[in-house]
Amino acid sequence: MSRLAARDLVGLAGSGLRRHPLRAVLSALGIAIGVAAVVAVLGVSRSAQAELAAQLDALGTNLLRVQAGSGIGLGDAVLPASADAAASRVAPVTAVSAVADVDATVRRNELVDAAETGGIAVKAAREDLLGVLGGHVASGRFLDGALGRYPTVVLGHIAALRLGVGPGVTVWLGDQRFLVVGVLDPLPLAADLDRSALVGWEVAQARLGLSGEPTTLYLRAAPSQVGAVRDVLPAQVNPEHPENVAVSRPSDALAAQLAAEDAFTGLLLGLGAVALLVGGVGVANVMVMGVLERRGEIGLHRALGATRAHVRRQFLAEAVLLSALGGAAGVGAGAAITAAYAVTRGVAAVVPVEAVTGGLAVALVVGALAGLVPAVRAARLSPVQALRTAG
Amino acid sequence: MSPPVVQLRGVGKRYGPLHVLRDVDLELGAGELVAVVGPSGSGKSTLLNLMGTLDRPSSGEVLLDGVGAGRLGDPALAALRAGWIGFVFQSFHLLDGLDAVGNVATGLLYSGLPGRERRRRAADLLRDLGLGDRLGHPPSALSGGERQRVAIARAVLARPALLLADEPTGNLDSAAGADVLALLTALRAEGTTVVVITHDREVAATMPRRVELRDGRVVADVAAGQR
Repeated sequence: MSRLAARDLVGLAGSGLRRHPLRAVLSALGIAIGVAAVVAVLGVSRSAQAELAAQLDALGTNLLRVQAGSGIGLGDAVLPASADAAASRVAPVTAVSAVADVDATVRRNELVDAAETGGIAVKAAREDLLGVLGGHVASGRFLDGALGRYPTVVLGHIAALRLGVGPGVTVWLGDQRFLVVGVLDPLPLAADLDRSALVGWEVAQARLGLSGEPTTLYLRAAPSQVGAVRDVLPAQVNPEHPENVAVSRPSDALAAQLAAEDAFTGLLLGLGAVALLVGGVGVANVMVMGVLERRGEIGLHRALGATRAHVRRQFLAEAVLLSALGGAAGVGAGAAITAAYAVTRGVAAVVPVEAVTGGLAVALVVGALAGLVPAVRAARLSPVQALRTAG
Repeated sequence: MSPPVVQLRGVGKRYGPLHVLRDVDLELGAGELVAVVGPSGSGKSTLLNLMGTLDRPSSGEVLLDGVGAGRLGDPALAALRAGWIGFVFQSFHLLDGLDAVGNVATGLLYSGLPGRERRRRAADLLRDLGLGDRLGHPPSALSGGERQRVAIARAVLARPALLLADEPTGNLDSAAGADVLALLTALRAEGTTVVVITHDREVAATMPRRVELRDGRVVADVAAGQR
């Protein structure tokens, strides 16, 4: 019996690669780039998604926003003054807060034209708004029962940046001075409030001409009942004109972002697959050249007792080893890219196990396919032919 | 009586319209040392390839140790080459990536022996052949005569019954060639049948038996003792 142990097979494959190290590295590079692309794309998108999902988790998906519907013939629709009280009577609703648009502008000082909005809206806010939104103050404090009666204002995070002020500074609101008492962190579920200046409800009614109807309600519902609450809210909030009430779920936007990341990932994965394919062609090319160059060696091995199957296995093992090395390098590079991304974005790096195993498996399969034709050709060479052509 | 080591019965070989060998009958016994001579193109190498199962005859039959090689499949032929037949080539065919021991050890690569045992036996054999100080040298660091002795060591490491050498001294100067011939002659004393192709009349004259080919036919088969 002519035998070839697995260990010897690997040794032969390795010595075949060592003969032309540069060539081996270059042809494995294609595989490495492909696998790195796949691992990095999956790793980066998974890290980003993990971050988004964590954000979503922290913010909760049970927040609903109720607004007066807008449309042809509805005019400047407002919610009834009793809207927040009515909404809070829906059993699964756990908390309700409201804001109302105030017809005023906020300015750095009295020298700025009163018509200059700076893209900042002025809104009256209930004291429990921040709690319902799950928001935080970046500095200072939020409005409370006492502050809400006085000319104080809390700025959304973009509003504060645009005005260039912080707590302790006064700004002009309408034609009056208001003291800035706090600045908010970004509110992902109510991004419009980032560009707002929030004043107390009572002071808005007393000094800024607020009529008392809320513009927007924010409410939290029991997580399992969010859909049902959403359905009954229009009739509950405005029994006379339920069609004038629009209910939305702000977390849907974040969820849509999660889904969009998936689509983008698919596209990049396709590119990675193309890179792998090109890498496979490179490996096949190198193997075909190797078979041509090493005819003498093939003949020698046949004379030493190699069967056709042994020769076939040697070249196949070499191709698989080559692409496995490329695949391993690619996994390392992909993980490094993911880690670099995670560090720069300040999120936790996630390298999915299936990306690593999948990347390696694909590399092995590509190597096997790329090596198949050259290996079969090597095995078909008659020993005499192979020996004759060798120097 | 044991069958001849090699027996050719009416063997012919054609490559397309070209008749390289015609109707060759030949019998080699155990421990014979045979020179195959003839001008180039006379079919010497083809004859050797047929004996070594590297090629199959177009007609006739090659029997090795009494068994028709034509009836054997690729695995059985490979097994014969792995253990029973050794080859030596004019151009040595050593592997540059391996040292002398590694090259000799490939003579047992397909034997199923573990790598360490193969290397141990290879090193022992090289020492016996006076190459003990060349064990770790790559082929490129060896002289022509040393390379051919390494190649012969590889061919006989598995202790084959049949050693086939195609112009083993063709690339060597006469001193190195004499060393190689002495080695082949010594192997014969251990019972190995040795076939040497040569176009060197002087070399052939030192061999106990000479088979002369011309245009694919055996034209002379002379034993030295008959002189």
